[in-house]
Amino acid sequence: MEPVPYKVGEHPDLPPPASVTGPLAWLRNNLFSSPANIAMTLVSVWLLYELVPPMLNWMFFDAAFSGENRDACRAQADGACWAFIAERFRLFTYGFYPAEERWRVDLAFVLLLAALVPVLYDRLPARRIGLYYSMVFPLIAGWLLLGGWGLAPVDTDQFGGFMLTLVIGVTGIAFSLPIGILLALGRQSSLPIIRLFCVGFIEFIRGVPLITLLFVASTMLNYFLPKGTVFDLLLRVLIMVTLFASAYMAEVIRGGLQAIPKGQVEAAEAIGMKYWQSMRLVVLPQALKISIPGIVNTFIGLYKDTTLVIIIGLLDPLGIGRSSLADTKWTGLHNEVYLFVAIFFFISCFSMSRYSLYLEKKLQTEHDH
Amino acid sequence: MPALSVPEGNFLSRLWNDKDTRSLVVQVLATLAFFTFFAYIIRNAYVNLEAIGKGFSYEFLFQTSAYDINQHLIEYSSKSTHFTAMLVGILNTMLVAVCGIALSTVVGFILGVLRLSKNWLTNRLAYVYIEFVRNVPVLLHILLVHGIIVNTLPIPRQAISVGDGAFLTNRGFFVPKPVYEPAFWGVIAVFVAGLAFFMWFRKYAKRVQDDTGAQYPVFWIGVGAIVGAPLLAFVALGAPISWDVPSLQRFNFAGGMVVRPEFIALWLALSLYTAAFIGEIVRAGIQAVSRGQTEAAYALSISRGRTLTLVVIPQALRAIIPPLTSQYLNLAKNSSLAIAIGYMDIVATIGGISLNQTGREMECMLIVLLLYLLLSLAISAAMNWYNKRIKLVER
Repeated sequence: MEPVPYKVGEHPDLPPPASVTGPLAWLRNNLFSSPANIAMTLVSVWLLYELVPPMLNWMFFDAAFSGENRDACRAQADGACWAFIAERFRLFTYGFYPAEERWRVDLAFVLLLAALVPVLYDRLPARRIGLYYSMVFPLIAGWLLLGGWGLAPVDTDQFGGFMLTLVIGVTGIAFSLPIGILLALGRQSSLPIIRLFCVGFIEFIRGVPLITLLFVASTMLNYFLPKGTVFDLLLRVLIMVTLFASAYMAEVIRGGLQAIPKGQVEAAEAIGMKYWQSMRLVVLPQALKISIPGIVNTFIGLYKDTTLVIIIGLLDPLGIGRSSLADTKWTGLHNEVYLFVAIFFFISCFSMSRYSLYLEKKLQTEHDH
Repeated sequence: MPALSVPEGNFLSRLWNDKDTRSLVVQVLATLAFFTFFAYIIRNAYVNLEAIGKGFSYEFLFQTSAYDINQHLIEYSSKSTHFTAMLVGILNTMLVAVCGIALSTVVGFILGVLRLSKNWLTNRLAYVYIEFVRNVPVLLHILLVHGIIVNTLPIPRQAISVGDGAFLTNRGFFVPKPVYEPAFWGVIAVFVAGLAFFMWFRKYAKRVQDDTGAQYPVFWIGVGAIVGAPLLAFVALGAPISWDVPSLQRFNFAGGMVVRPEFIALWLALSLYTAAFIGEIVRAGIQAVSRGQTEAAYALSISRGRTLTLVVIPQALRAIIPPLTSQYLNLAKNSSLAIAIGYMDIVATIGGISLNQTGREMECMLIVLLLYLLLSLAISAAMNWYNKRIKLVER
């Protein structure tokens, strides 16, 4: 017999057998652990085989990337006709914003990204100064987009495309959070009349579809204003979208407020804080933290709802796409337009939901159970 | 220690620092502001309507509507009144809402279960579906499905035939229409009797189990009473039903029933969109039931199926129902996007064509808002009732 090279009890651990770890074991555990599991795997593979290659072919391998019109595309390949999107790309981005002024939109977009950094990333050096900039950004952006004071004025009915989506989405997101917080506090208030007004407002808005509110804004609002008031359509839409989102926001934040024990407010009062102080310094920071997933979901909902403006005649990317389809040169290319717009929305909304996951993890201060 | 001093400042600031007075003042001011605001906008509306000589009246509801609606569940023609048009719109909205809620619940529960599947591939597929669908606006889904139906399905002359007598075309799905003979009432009577018997039997079986522990096969007896007995009656009465099969005429199908492409597009798009959200809700609900519950049930040697139906699902439902309710409400409200593809719902009838024809914006929009509020209230009430029934009974 060979001599034992180790002392008794000091034998090093052997690696686990290959059938327990490694890719093979993974395959067996996750895909082939039982007959039912094998069947599911087979069905999934079949589904992928049926769906993915045709879609890839349509989108890339059989697609035409250049061409004068639809027939030229079709002559090259029988897949998607991306030449259409390429030709209309500037329209999709800027709408009918005057061509020589488009640098202002680009600049506003770059400034928007710069304004988002201090809000989203809290380890930024000198974040405080950055946040002041983020607060004045809406004024700068408004000046850049609308013009005046040295810039050529641009009418809001020339806004369109992705730019319009961003204008409505960012405005709605920026204003619906503070209004939503006020509404939620009002609903939890000890003053019965304030509570009544807030509940009435929230439940009314949540009970009707956004599209009816947009119709009210576009057809009826003039009746309620003094005679002769001219009220910009985009501004009306912005107000309605913001109010709509803030009612949902209020409910999300109310959930957070209800989860904060009463002792917190009582403790704040006991050390002499006034109502607003106790809310600002004690209750809201905790309540907002636990409502982050709901808040971001409301943002995503608002962002997606910006597409509804096409029904009252504003031209967001979907509206631009639909009106471009009316062009006889490109008729019948619905799928290309819808897929293009869908990818734009998917990227925006998916990154928002990923950011909310990251934020949730970062703000997690409790220990795991 | 300084002596307690009377709060400084004048009379007004002392009032403001008193909690009760302050809350009274704030509320009175809020009420005043509220009523002033409403008085102001109502006065504006009155002046503006007066200026164009319109007034405010609902008489137009009983005038002839003079437009056609392509899908009507009740008798309707262009000679009917605007009021009838409104009813048609309400029924169409309710039809798509009810069908959508049913389909989205089924698909959503399937997706939720697939998301929890141990099979990695199935799990990922469900995840990709959910993430892609719910991050794209619902209006886009509706337009996409409508576009696919209208642009890729064939014209009636080249209809895709499904089975015997059903046809898929870009003008809608043509399906045979059942024609009931008088004897069919017998089948319905047997069905109702079977249902009543089952309700009674379930209570009886529970009493027997409570008293003696003996179990009856309630499920199979239920199937027999509700499905089997009517089927037997159907055969015994000589199949008292005939089918009006659609047949191809020169340009389109005649006879049978048509399910219009707008309805199908709206129904499918709303259901598949909402199902993605419901899938996540179901997954979270099932995951919220602690693993110990299942293990305890197995330890008591309760079978897998019974563990699911008696232990896991009742507890998961408690976490599922409240968010599910808001998804149902969203689906019902999203059905108003019908107007984008020309499905004639509330918004398209009374809030669309009737509004444009009569020019009564104020009256029509009030009706539309009120109807949606009622619909939302009805759905919330039904779900709250169900939620109460399944709630945990605590001492």
